[in-house]
Amino acid sequence: MTGEHASPAVTRFEEHFAQYRRGKRTAASLFWVLFAICFVVSVIVARFDVVTLIQGLPRTTEFITKMIPPLRLSSLGADLGEWYWGLGKWLTSLLNTLLMAYLATVLGTLLGGALSFLAARNLVKRYWVYWVTRRVLEIARTVPDIVWALMFVLAFGIGPLPGVLAITVHTLGAQGKLFAEVNENASRLPIEGVRAAGGNWFHEMRFGVLPQVLPNYMSYTFWRIELNVRSATIVGFVGAGGIGHDLFTAIQLLYFADAGAILIIVVATIMLIDMLSERYRHRLIGKDSL
Amino acid sequence: MTPVRISAAEIAQAQARFLRAFRKTAEERLRFWSIFGAAAALAIYCMYRFEFFTWTFIDGTLKLGEVVVSQLFPPTGFDQLPTFLAAMGETLAMAFLGTVLGAVLAFPLGFCAAKNMVPFRPAQFGMRRFADLLRAFDYLIWALIFVRAVGLGPLAGIMAIAIVETGTFIKLYSEAIENLDRKQIDAVRAAGGNELHVIRYGVLPQVLPMMLSNTLYMFEHNARSAAILGIVGAGGIGFLLADRLRAYELQEACLIIALVVLTVYAIDYLSRLLRERLIGDSNKGDVITDLRKS
Repeated sequence: MTGEHASPAVTRFEEHFAQYRRGKRTAASLFWVLFAICFVVSVIVARFDVVTLIQGLPRTTEFITKMIPPLRLSSLGADLGEWYWGLGKWLTSLLNTLLMAYLATVLGTLLGGALSFLAARNLVKRYWVYWVTRRVLEIARTVPDIVWALMFVLAFGIGPLPGVLAITVHTLGAQGKLFAEVNENASRLPIEGVRAAGGNWFHEMRFGVLPQVLPNYMSYTFWRIELNVRSATIVGFVGAGGIGHDLFTAIQLLYFADAGAILIIVVATIMLIDMLSERYRHRLIGKDSL
Repeated sequence: MTPVRISAAEIAQAQARFLRAFRKTAEERLRFWSIFGAAAALAIYCMYRFEFFTWTFIDGTLKLGEVVVSQLFPPTGFDQLPTFLAAMGETLAMAFLGTVLGAVLAFPLGFCAAKNMVPFRPAQFGMRRFADLLRAFDYLIWALIFVRAVGLGPLAGIMAIAIVETGTFIKLYSEAIENLDRKQIDAVRAAGGNELHVIRYGVLPQVLPMMLSNTLYMFEHNARSAAILGIVGAGGIGFLLADRLRAYELQEACLIIALVVLTVYAIDYLSRLLRERLIGDSNKGDVITDLRKS
C-alpha cells in the first residue's frame, strides 16, 4: 500500500514488486496466447468435432454396457459360466501373454545389459564404440514395440514369436540405456580397493562393480516386467500373439460380451502384476538401503 | 605405508570367526542358485514354447535379413513427404488435444482424490481406484473401442488419450495436492480468507508449477503413443505406417519411422527445455520420476 508518508525503502519495494508482477503477468499472458494458438491449430488439424463426439458418446456407453451381459442373482453361476464360455482358451492366451512378457524381459535385459557396458562412457576407451552403441539403443527404444511387431510379423508370420522379439528389441534399448547410466554412476573406489588387495579384472567387476549396480538392475527389471506385460497384451492387435489377439478379434467381430470378459481378465492381471511388482521392488530397495 | 603381512593361519582364523563376511552361507547360496536355475529353466521353456528352436525361427531370421532389412534402405517416397508431414501434424494435434482434455477433466477430480481435501475417505478411495481403472487399459485398447463407437479417424485417438490421461492426471495431481505445505493455507485462513481464497492463494500457487510440468511430460509421452494409435485406425501417422508395412512398401515405411523418431527427439528436447524453466530442475520434485523410482 503506497501511503503519502512512505519511506524511500517502501517506495523502492513497491516499485520492484510492481515490476515483478508485470513480468509475471506478461509471461502468463504469453503462455495463454501460445496455448490458445496450439489449441486452435490442433482442433483444425485433427478435425476435432464436438457434434460427432456428442453423437458418439451414447454409442460408447452403449458399447460398454453391452460388454457386461445380464447377470441375474438367481442364476449367477450359470450366467457367469455362459459369459465366460471361453475361459479355458482365454486363460491359455493369458498364460502365453505372461510368458511372452517374461521371456522378452529376460532376453532384452541380458542383451541390453551386455550392450550397456559398451554404452557407458567410463568403461569404453574408443569414443566411436560408445557413440554407435548409444544410437543403436536409442533407435531400439524410440521405435514403439508395436511397430517392431509389425515388422517381425512380416518375417516370422503370425504368432507369439514376433511378439516376443518385438518386445525384446524395445526392452534391449530401454534397459541398455538405463543400465549404462547406472554403470556410469558406479564409484571407482571399490574397484580400486579390489585392485589394491590384489584382485584381477574379473575380481574388480565381480566384487567392485556388480554389488554396486545389481540392486538398480533388479529394480529396473521388475519395473520393466510390468511394462512388458502391458505391451504383450497389445502386440496381439497386429498378429503377434497373446490375449490381445483374442481381444482384437472379439471387438472387430462385435462380440461385445467376449470383449468385456477378456478386458476384465486383462485389467485384473495388470493390476495384480503392478501390485506384486511394487511390493517386491519396495522390499528390494528397502533391503538395499539398510 | 609398509604392507602388513598376514599369515595363512590368520586368514583362516578370521574366516572361521566372521563366516558371513567372507562368503554367503551354504543355505543362502542354495536359495540363490535354485531361484536362478528356475528362472533360467522357465526362460528356456518359453523359448521352446514360442518356437525359438524350430525352423520357423531360422527361416524367419533369414527372411528378416534378406527381405525386410535389405528392403528398408534406402528410404524412399520423398515425394509423399507433405502427406507424411500432415499426418505427423495430425498425430501431434491428437496428443495435444487428448492431453489437454485429460488435464481439464482430471483437475477437479484430482482434488476429490486427495486425502487432505476430502474428509470422506471412501469417496477419496473410490476416486483413486476409478483412476487406476482408467489407466489400466492401454491406449490402443481404448482406441479400438472408440474407433468402433465414433468411427475411424483422429477423434477416436483423442478420446483414447484423454481417457487414459484423465486417470494418470488424477493420480499425479492428487499426489501433488497431498504434498502441499499447510503453512500457506493456514496463513490465508488466518488473514481471513474463505475456502475459495484458500484454494486460489494457498493451494494453486503451490501445485500449479508441478501440474504444468507433469502435463508437459505426459504430452511428450502421448506424442509417442499417438504415433501408434493409427495402427488400429485412430488417425495420425500410425495409420500410414501400418498401411505401408502391410503392403510391403518398406522403404516408405522406413521414411515414416525416421520421421517419427526425429519428431520424438525434437519434442523430448523442447519439453525438457520448457520443464527446466518451469521448475528449475527437470528431475527435482518431479512426481513422475518419484513414481518410477518408488
